[in-house]
Amino acid sequence: MRLFKRLWFALLAASILAAPGVSMAAAEVNIYSARVEALIKPLLDRFSEETGIKVNLVTGKADELLNRLRHEGRNSPADILLTVDAGNLHRAKEMGVIQAFRSEALEGRIPSQYRDADGYWYGLSLRARPIMYAKGRVDPATLSSYEGITDPRWRGKICIRSSGNIYNQSMVSSMIATNGEQATEAWARGLVANLARPPRGGDRDQIKAVASGQCDIAIANTYYLVGMLKSNDPTDREVAQQIGVFWPNQQDRGVHMNVSGAALTQAARNKDNAIRLIEFLSTEASQQWYAEANGEYPVRADVPVGEILNGWGEFKADPIDMGKLGEFSPQALRLMDRAGWQ
Amino acid sequence: MKPFPPLAIGVFAVALTLALPVLVVLGFVFVPAGEVWQHLAATVLQDYVKNSLLLMLGVAIGTLLIGVTAAWLTTMCQFPGRGIFEWALLLPLAIPAYIIAYTYTGMLDFSGPVQSALRDWFGWGFGDYWFPEIRSVEGAAIMLTLVLYPYVYLLTRAAFLSQSICVLDVSRSMGNGPWRTFGLVALPLARPAIIAGLSLALMETLADFGTVQYFGVATFTTGIFRTWFGLGSAEAAAQLAAMLMAFVFALMVLERYSRRSARYHHTSRRHQDLRRYRLHGWAALLAFGFCSGVLLLGFLLPGLQLLSWTLTVADEVIDARFLQMVWNSLKLAGIASVLALLLAVLLGYGQRLYPNRPVRFMVRMAGMGYAVPGAVIAIGVIIPFAWLDNSIDTWARDNFDYSTGLILSGTLVALVFAYLTRFLAVSLQTVEAGLGKVTPSMDEAGRSFGFRSLTILHRIHIPMLKGSLLTALLLVFVDVLKELPATLILRPFNYNTLAVRAYELASDERLAEAAPSALAIVAVGVIPVILLSWTITRSRKVAE
Repeated sequence: MRLFKRLWFALLAASILAAPGVSMAAAEVNIYSARVEALIKPLLDRFSEETGIKVNLVTGKADELLNRLRHEGRNSPADILLTVDAGNLHRAKEMGVIQAFRSEALEGRIPSQYRDADGYWYGLSLRARPIMYAKGRVDPATLSSYEGITDPRWRGKICIRSSGNIYNQSMVSSMIATNGEQATEAWARGLVANLARPPRGGDRDQIKAVASGQCDIAIANTYYLVGMLKSNDPTDREVAQQIGVFWPNQQDRGVHMNVSGAALTQAARNKDNAIRLIEFLSTEASQQWYAEANGEYPVRADVPVGEILNGWGEFKADPIDMGKLGEFSPQALRLMDRAGWQ
Repeated sequence: MKPFPPLAIGVFAVALTLALPVLVVLGFVFVPAGEVWQHLAATVLQDYVKNSLLLMLGVAIGTLLIGVTAAWLTTMCQFPGRGIFEWALLLPLAIPAYIIAYTYTGMLDFSGPVQSALRDWFGWGFGDYWFPEIRSVEGAAIMLTLVLYPYVYLLTRAAFLSQSICVLDVSRSMGNGPWRTFGLVALPLARPAIIAGLSLALMETLADFGTVQYFGVATFTTGIFRTWFGLGSAEAAAQLAAMLMAFVFALMVLERYSRRSARYHHTSRRHQDLRRYRLHGWAALLAFGFCSGVLLLGFLLPGLQLLSWTLTVADEVIDARFLQMVWNSLKLAGIASVLALLLAVLLGYGQRLYPNRPVRFMVRMAGMGYAVPGAVIAIGVIIPFAWLDNSIDTWARDNFDYSTGLILSGTLVALVFAYLTRFLAVSLQTVEAGLGKVTPSMDEAGRSFGFRSLTILHRIHIPMLKGSLLTALLLVFVDVLKELPATLILRPFNYNTLAVRAYELASDERLAEAAPSALAIVAVGVIPVILLSWTITRSRKVAE
């Protein structure tokens, strides 16, 4: 039967193609990254050029990469875990899939609140989550803090994305850590009561909703606004220009911040190369590119921020220990469920 | 009871292997989830159930209405453009649901061009006018309907085409007009195919994550993710997944039960050329309007939006690495679809030969993967593969002081296995629907010649099933091309596909940059879709 013969050949071809993709060459380093390829690959290419070390990359969602790491155990091919959000870094540490290491270079360059106290992970870039408002329609003098937006004057005027998103989970975690669970739940109920519409879409959608008049203020990460200001699409740029950035809580704890960071996996076989790469990512030139590529803030205080970020001025950042964000995250999610934050 | 013949045992074993990821996930059900469950029941569970049901209801009504009507019009009626609609109505199949959701949101959102233009023309502001909210349960049901109706259309049309013309002729000779023939004869006879198409569409609906997450609609799928990763409870998440599967299982049992002893194969293989009903005037206009409307909404509009985004970024994005991604996507889809077809034939045929309870049950289990979100399947694949690899490694270290490392985890083998688990239902349903139409007297005739089972398969069934087999092959091909969550997490180092690239950029809310990859998925997917339509038409000549 010809059909069968053909299918058999296809099967044979399939088994050949399925041979493992990574060879065990001498100089290489393997990365599992929750940061998307476009925001990391050029820097990795530069590293390979300078050192001759080949870099292999898989990107994916943080939760799923952690799961893969955990089940692959001591035989995991990954040497480095790159991930966004302190909550995920904390979870990786709890799960035992990453190991501590010391590096004088990293300790010298990265402020202590943005790296793990035991050396399990090191922050590489910072993202701020301030309040954004419609220029002209909203007087920034009426804004004060995250706590302030539950005031009845903002009824039906706020946009924010779903509680399923980790940025909101980490933000609420930081509030639990500072204000306690009870006060934070009351705050979440107040926020839900003030929403202009049920949470939907991503941070950019909240920004667009502010620009188009559906709401007056939104909470969103700054790099989304930077991305829109630099977009190829003229409508995006037009929308973004109508948005002002307000730094909340300047009288007390400061703006909610989060990190993206790197860690050495428990199973790392190319340990020296891996540490060398993480150190490379913290050099001045890398830091500038790494932050600028995504409109984030460099983790090093001595590296200048991008032009757009510079325009929004300096601000006081919440000095909370990033590990706390992950610690309170499950509690934060339950609290948001109870408050009816979709 | 007769002892199991080797083929039955083989079929059982294959089905069990393919059901493994689903069973692994279900295994968590027996681990107590503690008070997480009480928390869910007290807060969000009601919403999950309500929204999932509403979504299924909407998609069921939508896909049946569009799919069956379109199939009847293009098969049995003659009206302007019919020859084009016949294949073009399949095109939406090539568009991933989350991509169509992104494009329509871009167009219809409050800040999108449509509403902005309305506000400019009429001088309205926010709250001055009513506009349907796209990001809602209804919106999600419409998006899913637009890309899933082709399953119903495809299988129903194939059924109409293969219906013995004699039956329809008898109906006509008894003075029944087109409507009565449709309602009394064609529709009831096509029921297995319609149900098969509908259940594919509904399972895909239940497994959808991208669309509902983007629209902020809380369903079982989004609930599973929140519970697993947000609340950190794999057990409760698995229990949610089990509820979802119990749902699907109940649907399947109900369908089987409603069919009971009825048989749908034809007693005659005598086919004659069919004469189509010629539509005139309003009827023709209505038929044309219906088909072109569906095509416009399901394919042309989103396609054009993607194209216009692509044009703004094309020179930055399309390079040699882009072509490599196209090739990777094609390769994976090719391998997975061929394997899925082989397995579907084996399982479908094994079930026909040995219709005993354990075999039937396990084959059903193997098909369940289609209703499970890809990321959950991926975890169900990672756990057993990593366990197997690590066990071999430990054994080798203990006995030979040699580490084998991970042999299968992180290779394309694991990924292709995930595809098979996820999409087996597609090929299985198609092959079963085809086998169902082959009368058992054919098997008996074969056996009376002294043929063995495999010979009967080769010489009788496969030639008769060619159309169904190709359909199964191409459907899985397109599905794998669009698949995202499992690909993302299971792929080897440095291995990118079109869907991965489109997702990475879209999830970063860079819709324009995601457009070229999305458009390439559509473009590559259109080719097998057209091929598919051509095969089915060719399988049956119809006179004008």
